[in-house]
Amino acid sequence: MAKNDLIGGSIWEEYSQKVQDLMNNPKNQGELTEEDAKRLGGELIVADFGAESCGDAVRLYWIVDPKTDKILDAKFKSFGCGTAIASSDTMVELCKGKTVDEAVKITNIDVEKAMRDTPETPAVPPQKMHCSVMAYDVIKKAASQYKGVDMESFEDEIIVCECARVSLQTLKEVIRLNDLKTVEEVTDYTKAGAFCKSCIKPGGHEEREYYLVDILDETRKEMEAEKLKATADAQASGEEVSFNDMTLVQKIKAIDSVIDDSVRQYLIMDGGNMEVLDVKQNGQYTDIYIRYLGACSGCASSSTGTLYAIESVLKEKLDPNIRVLPI
Amino acid sequence: MMKVYLDNNATTMVDPEVKKEMDPYFTEIYGNPNSLHDFGTACHPALRKAMDQMYEAIGARDEDDIVVTSCATESNNWILKGIYYDLIKNGEKDHIVTTEVEHPSVTATCRWLEEQGVRVTYLPVNSDGIVEAHTVRDFITDKTALVSIMWANNETGAIFPIEEIAEICKEKGVLFHTDGVQAIGKIPVDVTRAGVDFMSFSAHKFHGPKGVGGLYIKGGHPLTSLLHGGEHMGGRRSGTLNVAGIVGMGKAMELATYYLKFEEQNVRRLRDKLEDAILQIPDIYSVGPRDKRTPNTLLVSVRGVEGEAMLWDLNRAGIAASTGSACASEDLEANPIMSAIGADSELAHTAVRLSLSRFTTEEEIDYTIEQFKKAVERLRSISSSYAYMPENMKKQQEEGAHHG
Repeated sequence: MAKNDLIGGSIWEEYSQKVQDLMNNPKNQGELTEEDAKRLGGELIVADFGAESCGDAVRLYWIVDPKTDKILDAKFKSFGCGTAIASSDTMVELCKGKTVDEAVKITNIDVEKAMRDTPETPAVPPQKMHCSVMAYDVIKKAASQYKGVDMESFEDEIIVCECARVSLQTLKEVIRLNDLKTVEEVTDYTKAGAFCKSCIKPGGHEEREYYLVDILDETRKEMEAEKLKATADAQASGEEVSFNDMTLVQKIKAIDSVIDDSVRQYLIMDGGNMEVLDVKQNGQYTDIYIRYLGACSGCASSSTGTLYAIESVLKEKLDPNIRVLPI
Repeated sequence: MMKVYLDNNATTMVDPEVKKEMDPYFTEIYGNPNSLHDFGTACHPALRKAMDQMYEAIGARDEDDIVVTSCATESNNWILKGIYYDLIKNGEKDHIVTTEVEHPSVTATCRWLEEQGVRVTYLPVNSDGIVEAHTVRDFITDKTALVSIMWANNETGAIFPIEEIAEICKEKGVLFHTDGVQAIGKIPVDVTRAGVDFMSFSAHKFHGPKGVGGLYIKGGHPLTSLLHGGEHMGGRRSGTLNVAGIVGMGKAMELATYYLKFEEQNVRRLRDKLEDAILQIPDIYSVGPRDKRTPNTLLVSVRGVEGEAMLWDLNRAGIAASTGSACASEDLEANPIMSAIGADSELAHTAVRLSLSRFTTEEEIDYTIEQFKKAVERLRSISSSYAYMPENMKKQQEEGAHHG
């Protein structure tokens, strides 16, 4: 939040002039028929994408030259808001004259950039980026019909956020490299989820195959598992593992082992003993709660000299951030 | 180009008579009513008159409180959070009953209360867009602290059976709050006859100024304050009195009652004329039966045309309308009312709301009818819902149809 966010504006004020003009007068709106195809000597393709129940639906008409795969003419019809109409119109303009293979490379980001008035100002506000995705998906649908293949065959990667075109691979890499812990961080780093927000979690505008919350969760679990395995492997092969990298169970074992080796014998010699009650991570500190047994309990030194000695040994052998707390 | 304002359920024009009443309280009589000196006391007569106008307009008794707030959002927050502090936090009760179609200031507050551990039941509405009284009865338990149900809905204009619901709450010994924002000035509102315990309202919805509203509290029922500070409003709501606002709200409420008959006859006649003409266009549906709606409201669904696109075209023609549909709002969701009343999902994104006022003229309605038809025609000519599809491709399309 800041000064400019406090008084909300109308999203219409954020539409570029080009978007507004195309909403008012789409140039490529209309139908193409079998007769048109015959006249141009091409094949008619009619592709639908989206549904009225989702708030966006577009129908794309292509006439394709079967010899050269060139798109001879294209038109669209759209059920959608103004930006959906403008995006479809721009998409059709970009398709014309291209081969089908070239056309499938057009992305929603190309469509949005083509509608900008100036290169640096987005053509539509963030929540409207989604409308351009529809325009891009319908191209793949038309191409898949023309070539008789699945739409998915045009994607060489799994796109999680359609609006910003962020792939599953990229998301996992960014989470790992930057040790990201929240979805907000993922959005800040990748822009995924910054637009229509459908990909953040289930229950948004549309159902998705992958959600950022799950990807983050899974990646963090993978990272955690890998870390555990690395520590366990290191220990198994006799390598030195730093106290900090240990799991809680490993820490407890290490503490017990130091006490057994360097503390307990001296206490027993004086007719006493001790036990570890609990180990807690308290910020940077590892707090070890202990209880004295036998002669130690009630001994004047138990809260001074003896305690200092126990703590020093653990600090020296394991970690300087250990605190020993007698109960 | 003609400019037509048909978004009166969002806000209204301040009645020039209201503005005239308010005028002296900016530069002439500007003292703080809590001050002892003449500057302060000079505004007391006008404030007392405004309070009289408000009590009279909604049928409140002298032993009741009408606490002036900044808006109905504040009033709704206050009643819900107040009840939470008074009856729920101490473990006495744990439950609130409301509906799926309340204003966000009720729904969002209830969601927040849920995070605090309160159980909230959101009752669904029937195909007329209302919750029936017997449904409310079924969901009240021993642990229910409050029932909060709007008097009339902002989107559909549907009028809820407030008297019957109040009766049930009384019988069950549960407090009843109603959000009366869309009722005042549109239909008769008498809090005593209706038997409600609390009612929120806002001046700018009935030709008063923005930034002033109120909470009616039957019999001065205790309610933990939302705003602490000075001893304003009998200590119930602190903050220097919005003198001009209160004066304006009083006058606006008086006029709202005075013009009720006009609303019922003339505004209804214009609304019906608009509705009849729009329904002449094929594949257009209006939501909820006319006699169960506020007389100024019309929610229509235009098959094949997305709501925001419709608003865009109407706005270009100088007509202000509204939609809760997908693309006009931040979160891209379908109009929740359309889903709540169980409308065909294909229509969920096609809702357009037109809401009139006593200032709407016959010429404006004629012009709107003409422009509405034009907009539907243009947008349907672009719409994929009405576009050519070769027979042999239809089946193929249906098989592969999915979104994203």
